[in-house]
Parts: sequence; structure tokens; C-alpha cells
Amino acid sequence: MRREAALNAAILVALIAVPAWAHLSDEPFTITLATRAVILALAAVGLNIALGIGGMVSFGHAVYFGIGGYAMGILASHAQSYTPMELFGLSIEGTKSMLVIWLVAVVLSALAALVIGLLSLRTSGVYFIMITLAFGQMFFFFSISWAAYGGEDGLSIYVRNGFPGLNTLVPIQYFGLCLAILLVVLWFNARLARSPFGLALNAARQSPARAETVGLNPMRLRLVAFVISGAITGLAGALFADLNRFVSPTMFSWQLSGEITVLIIIGGVGRLMGPVAGAVVFVALEHLLGGLTEFWHIYLGAALLLVVLFARGGLVGLIAGRPGGGGGGHG
Amino acid sequence: MSHILIAEQVLNGLQFGVMLFLMAAGLTLIFGVMGLINLAHGSLYMIGAFFAAVVAGWTGSFLLALIAAMAAAAAAGALVELVVIRRLYDKDHLDQVLATFALILIFSEGTRWVFGSFPLFLDIPDALSGPVTLPGGIQYPLYRLVLIGTGLGVALGLGLLITRTRIGIQIRAGENDREMIAALGVDISRLYTLVFALGAALAGLAGALVGAIQSVQVGMGEPVLILAFVVIVIGGIGSIRGALVGAILVGLTDTLGGVFLPELFKLFMEPSAATSVGSSLASMAIYILMAVVLIWRPTGLFGARA
Repeated sequence: MRREAALNAAILVALIAVPAWAHLSDEPFTITLATRAVILALAAVGLNIALGIGGMVSFGHAVYFGIGGYAMGILASHAQSYTPMELFGLSIEGTKSMLVIWLVAVVLSALAALVIGLLSLRTSGVYFIMITLAFGQMFFFFSISWAAYGGEDGLSIYVRNGFPGLNTLVPIQYFGLCLAILLVVLWFNARLARSPFGLALNAARQSPARAETVGLNPMRLRLVAFVISGAITGLAGALFADLNRFVSPTMFSWQLSGEITVLIIIGGVGRLMGPVAGAVVFVALEHLLGGLTEFWHIYLGAALLLVVLFARGGLVGLIAGRPGGGGGGHG
Repeated sequence: MSHILIAEQVLNGLQFGVMLFLMAAGLTLIFGVMGLINLAHGSLYMIGAFFAAVVAGWTGSFLLALIAAMAAAAAAGALVELVVIRRLYDKDHLDQVLATFALILIFSEGTRWVFGSFPLFLDIPDALSGPVTLPGGIQYPLYRLVLIGTGLGVALGLGLLITRTRIGIQIRAGENDREMIAALGVDISRLYTLVFALGAALAGLAGALVGAIQSVQVGMGEPVLILAFVVIVIGGIGSIRGALVGAILVGLTDTLGGVFLPELFKLFMEPSAATSVGSSLASMAIYILMAVVLIWRPTGLFGARA
């Protein structure tokens, strides 16, 4: 455990030091890359609650990422064009305030996760993987055919949304905001894993029958975890859309669900910092290999294959050894 | 809305359905026998289509192109099984999903590397092009009728293979109890490679056949792969009969939904809104179908009871 703690600290220091260096040497693009890594990490931290602690292999987490993205896109586009949104006879003003957008993103993705979770958790194993994938595809095709909000082309927002006291268009300030959210969520995640709820969820993953015998309700535990997981990924989606000032149906695509899962696997399933390590490595590889060759996905594929076949526990597991406490391993 | 249009759309849906069956049959066999989720099945479909396009370009023979597509996909399937897949049988589904996701990345980018991003074209052979007139005065492309016939023929052949032959008995026994049939002296790893190559050959055949009516390009396999998964989940994983029923159900739902849902909504909405609501609902229809089936029967229509 001590090595894992040291590794976690090293990852955090790197996450702060690199953008700080980039800011001083005036390389805004590196800051943008780091922001991208932080946001992807946040999405993966969300998924890791369902996948790592809860043992639910959701292959449709892009749903929540996309809902977060579209919450931002739709609200901001209405604010941008000064036209209120007409919804069931109500007239809702758009907004450029990040706080409001985040709230909407979190609430909507939590609601979606509640409905999808209620329906999907009736199944297990492969059927669960496939039904979550199917819900992902449902949202994907819906967003493509939803012409009012750009359809296949997506929605562009001209100016990044505002946060009180910050100029979010300055790369380092937006990075700091995203990092702060990631740290809060990581702290929450660490607390959650050690809380009675987290321990019960862990037990329900490792042995549902025993958990039930001692009076726990695995179904309800999983559903709550699934909703929390979806809400966090939804928040990441809103941040991601704001980073790019653009949303499109690709945020709902199943490849994106796959990529979020890949981040966790590269980093280490069920490890607190696994998703963060995975996201940093992923973004770095994407940038470095993407600059060398157009076909960098071949190397990503090969790396992923090697991790799955030979390095269970991902990078964190490789460096820090077997897990000592809660949240390690998966079933 | 005439009966001719309806008949045409039913035939289109059937044609789409039987092509999905060719994909789904391999997937469901592989899952049933080896317990493996193979996301890379769409890559084998793509490999079949590319080999067919290249061989048809060299020789001008569509039949040779089909044979090449099946041989290439089967060879690629056997190779992948030997090198990667057999390490995954005793791992959990998450690892299988990710490892085969990695294979998709490798196959897709590899193909892009070799052939570039531009689509290739595979022509329908002259003997099969042009429409035929069906009873009732329906004009329908001959090639699509041939596809329906081929698909149903393969379904029949596969059914006979599974129920009537020695290898079929081994496959069914492998689904039930792999330790037992290994103990009885069946070379289980050879059987696995064989089943995988068989599934791959069917995917390759589907890729080549569909490649002639669509374009042959990188990434063509993934949409079909996801639909094939929807099919086997609806039918019940491991069941060939379920795959056939599910495939035709999905084919018909998708095709008929795309045509008739907008019309249906026009009955009580203004036309432009009806078209947009109808078509967005139609694009989601098969996923809604799948969710409904799974909520009603969590292991699919013909799946084993959990």
C-alpha cells in the first residue's frame, strides 16, 4: 500500500507540475492536453465506481458523458442565440453559467443512470454488457437524428461558459478548475470506497449470495453505485464539451464507452488513481504516437492487448504490486 | 401506401436479416461453445469484404471472390484464435471485451495502412444484376433475392451441421460440458479453432456479399457487429435458432420502422414533425426492441434459463 500511496502522489505532482511548467514556458497546447487528460480521468473515475467497486461492466457509459455534453451544448446554444427553450409549454432560458450547467448535467445523467440501471440490472454477465451497449446506441442514434440540436454535425459554442471569479478562456485557469473538480471527486471516491456503503458494495460484488444473507440488498447497492457513477461521468461530459466548445454524437458513440473502459484497464481496475494514471498515459500516447504515425491505434491496440493478457492490475498494479485494501481486484 | 411497397420493404428487411444472421451465427456459436465475447468479429467481416474486392479485381470472378473471402476470413480467424483468443477463454468477460476491442483497433488501422482510407468497390456479377418480376407484379433486384436464398441456405446447412453430424455433436457437447468431452478424448483446442474459423468464414462471406451492394471500407464491420450482438442477445446467446429468429426480427424492425414509423406519425402530427420524430424513433427501434426483450426475458428468447 505504501508504494501505491507514493505512486499516487507522484501522479498528482506530475499532473500539477506539467501544466505549471507549460504555463511558464508559454505552451498553451500542453495545458489543453493536460486538461483533456484530467477530464477523461474524471469520466473514468466515474465508471470505475460501477466497474471497479461494483463489478458492473457497463459498456455504455458514453450515454452519461454525452448527456453531460449535450446539457452544456443545449443550454449554452439557447443562451447564445437569446431564444428560450420551449419544453412542454414551459419556456426555459439558456445559460452560460457553468455552475447551472453542471447541476443540470449531473441531475440529468443521474436520472438516465437510474432508469437504465433499473432496467439493465435485471440482467447480468454478457447480457448486462450488451444491454448497456444497446442503451448507448439508442442515445447515439437519437442524437444523430435530433436535427434541432445539430444532428450529425453537432453543436458549436463560440465562447466558453463562465465561472464566477475566473476567466475560463485562459487555459491554465480552466485546467485548474477541472483539476479541482477531479481532486474533490477523487476524495469523495476514496471516502466512498471506505464507507459502509462502499464496503457493502464490495461485498456484493465479491459474493452476492453472502451479502444478501447478512441482510444487504445487492440490487439496491448496485443501483445507487450505478447512479453515482453515471452522474460523475455526466459532469465530465459537460467539462469535456466546454473544453472543446463543441458537442457531437461521437460523445455518445460506443467507441467512447470503450475508450473510457480502456483508460481504467491501462491504469488499474478498482484502484483509486488507476483511471487518472490511465488517462494521463492515454493522452500522452495519443499525442506522441499520433505525431509520429497516422496509425497510432495499432500501437494502442497492441499495448492494450499486452496489458489485458499479461499485466492484470494495469500500470498501478504493475508498479505498486497487489492491492492490500478495499477496492482491489474485480470479479 | 401500396401492397407492392410493403412487399418490397418486407423483402429488404428479410435480406438485411439473413445477412445479420451470417454474422450472428458465428458470434453465437463462439459464445455458446467457448464462452467468449468476440468484438473482433466485425473485423473478420471487413477482411472478407476486402479480400473479395481485391480478388474480384484480379480475376473478374465473383465466385472466386466469395471463396477467397471465406478462406481469408477463416485463416485470419484461426490465426487470431491460436495467437490471442485461446488465452482469453478462462478470463472474465471484461478482459475478453477489451482484448478483442484491441484486436479491432489493430485490424482496422492495419487495413487502413494497407488499403488507404478510400473505399473499394465490388460489383454485382452481370448474371445476378437487374430486377426480376415476382408474382403480384413486384419488381425486385435479383441479387438481393440471391442473398436471401444464400442466407437461408446457410442457416439450413448450419442447422444440419449442428444436429446431424459428428462435429455438430461435439460442438453441442462442448457447449454443455467442456471438461467432459475433453475427458472423452475430443481434442478440445482443435475443436475451438475449428468453430472459430467456421464463424469467421461466415462473417467473411457476409462481408463479401454485402460488400457488393455497399462500399468496402475500413470500419464497415463495427455497425454490423453491434447489430449482430443485438441479434444474439434477443435470440438468446448460444442458440442458432435464436440467432435466426432474432436476425429476421431485427432486419424487419429496422427496415419497416424506417419506412412506416414516419408514415404512422403523419396520421396525427404535422408532416415535418412526424418525419423527424418517426425517423429518430426508427433509428432507435431495434435497441428499444432489445431492451424490451431483455426486460421481459433476461436471457433472450431462446436462451437457457439462468
